[in-house]
Amino acid sequence: MSAHVVLLGYGNPSRGDDALGPALLTRVRQWIVERPDLDVRVVEDFQLQVEHALDLVDADLVLFVDADASAHAPFCLRRTKEQRDTSYTTHELSPEAVLHVVHEITGSAPPPAWVLGVRGEQFTLGEEMSVNALGHLEVAWDELLELLNDPRPQVWDARAAGW
Amino acid sequence: MTRLLETAAHPRSLRRVAIEPITRVEGHGKVTLLLDEQNRVHQARLHIVEFRGFEKFIQGRPYWEVPVLVQRLCGICPVSHHLAAGKAVDMLVGVRQLTPTAEKLRRLLHKGQMLQSHALHFFHLASPDLLFGFDSEVERRNIIGVIGEHTDLAVHGVMLRKFGQQVIKAVAGKRIHGTACIPGGMNKALTVEERDTLRRETTQMIRWSQEAVRLCRDVLEKSEHAPIFGVFPSNFLSLVRANGMLDFYDGGLRARDAQGATIFDHVDCTRYNRYIHEEVKSWSYMKFPFIINLGDEEGWYRVGPLARLNNCDGLDTVFAEHERQVFREAAGGGMQHATLAYHWARMIEMLHAAEGIERLLDDPDILGTDLVTRGEPALEGVGVIEAPRGTLFHHYKVDENDMIVRANLIVSTTNNNQAMNEAVRNVAATYLDGNKLTEGLLNHIEVAVRAYDPCLSCATHALGKMPLVVELVDAEGTVVDKMVKDARD
Repeated sequence: MSAHVVLLGYGNPSRGDDALGPALLTRVRQWIVERPDLDVRVVEDFQLQVEHALDLVDADLVLFVDADASAHAPFCLRRTKEQRDTSYTTHELSPEAVLHVVHEITGSAPPPAWVLGVRGEQFTLGEEMSVNALGHLEVAWDELLELLNDPRPQVWDARAAGW
Repeated sequence: MTRLLETAAHPRSLRRVAIEPITRVEGHGKVTLLLDEQNRVHQARLHIVEFRGFEKFIQGRPYWEVPVLVQRLCGICPVSHHLAAGKAVDMLVGVRQLTPTAEKLRRLLHKGQMLQSHALHFFHLASPDLLFGFDSEVERRNIIGVIGEHTDLAVHGVMLRKFGQQVIKAVAGKRIHGTACIPGGMNKALTVEERDTLRRETTQMIRWSQEAVRLCRDVLEKSEHAPIFGVFPSNFLSLVRANGMLDFYDGGLRARDAQGATIFDHVDCTRYNRYIHEEVKSWSYMKFPFIINLGDEEGWYRVGPLARLNNCDGLDTVFAEHERQVFREAAGGGMQHATLAYHWARMIEMLHAAEGIERLLDDPDILGTDLVTRGEPALEGVGVIEAPRGTLFHHYKVDENDMIVRANLIVSTTNNNQAMNEAVRNVAATYLDGNKLTEGLLNHIEVAVRAYDPCLSCATHALGKMPLVVELVDAEGTVVDKMVKDARD
């Protein structure tokens, strides 16, 4: 039985490179149809919010997928963990804060989680993804397939260590 | 009185303090204070990076795409834009009255949005300030702090928001990017299974909403701040039904003044621009709407929960109506003017939405399949709803090829622009004048702005792009001090 993976991608498809997360999720949805041996749940939203903690409670592994203006191109992959931080600024939470909410509302440690941050550069309303972002998307897609094909924490950690 | 602080007489000789961005406000906002050497406030302004490009984003698109397209304007209230655009597009296809099922489905969708938005704001943005105090340690003043010390409350907040999202998903088919509203109706019927799944939870949602109203009322009654914090007279604008009752989805425009006297009533929404104009000010990207016959100085108004409960003659759900009466009695039967009363009004509306959801789910029409109607096409359409944050206007014109050639949006936060500036000036004058600046004191200003739940529609959120920056700038424009609070500090 394959591990239950929750893929939580977020971003606004109409704001340039912010579409990177949703674009990757669109590919996963198509790809996963041909992989009934895998147990992957895809969750998409504009931004992370408290209720996403409920999407994660039964996951074996969690992967947050987002555009990242501070990442080195083409993307970064990192292990993350719950954190009581101050990322409640605006109406969105960080991946770390969502994991912390999981802990608080369930009383149990959140599932192991990683962040795939794909380098984005421009986020203007109504703009298409930039040429650079499209290139980063292709490389990140290859990485995402590697992760989903072998959903084991030690494997994901090893890959994250390479970044 | 505080309007005097909008523009300082000699700004170049003053010290500038910028709070940027406002935390726990959707998108970017910045407050600047010009202080003299004794820290007396000479000028206070709320600057907002506005919805520039929204109209351009829509122009040139076929009208039937618009209800879906406008959901991309905002990550927090996409359903509100979807519904307002849907109503405007109804007019473009000549429809002024939907089928009973289509209208009730839209109302259900809207109440789901109202419930989840109000729950998010109170439990996760406002309650930390109210429960822990404006001056408490910054680490406690967030949702994580609430969860740590009020576990049940925070869990209820999460579950209420989740339920609202479930309502949206059931009606629209998806949690985001839904395509529920189509020209002249809805594109999906509600199934018995969907109805029953939601109905099983409504009793609990109503109970938690009642608890939230009581909590909010108790906190404000005990608050030393509430009687004086951001209290100022204003006009109020909202939709009401023909019988004067509150309606989130449809009705006529009603405006009342600070004493409760009617300025105008039951105005056809398609004629909104004969009653409301928008003023441009050089120092803000956001326009300042005002009631034309009162002028820009006296005609600004407030919208949103406080305005709706002040303006309406009643609510058509039992528990919420009882709470509305308590709310009005607290103001001696007159108009509530306290900025913090927004929170109380918001929770009463959340209860009203929860009760309304239950009623709609019990209505046999909600399972109907007659979803679309048609009429004689028109070249202009106006859609107005009461979004969670206040009255929302969508106005479109199309050409003979059905392409949008003109779009005008007045969003709730724009309607509250002057009121938020007024609140900033009021609080700055009351709490900051002559005092040493501290993070807690600066938070007072943020509390005042947050009460309006401004949605600056900045759904982009790339990691690492949202620090809190406070700058001290001297009279020559040189940054002499700077503090950055990164989201991951």
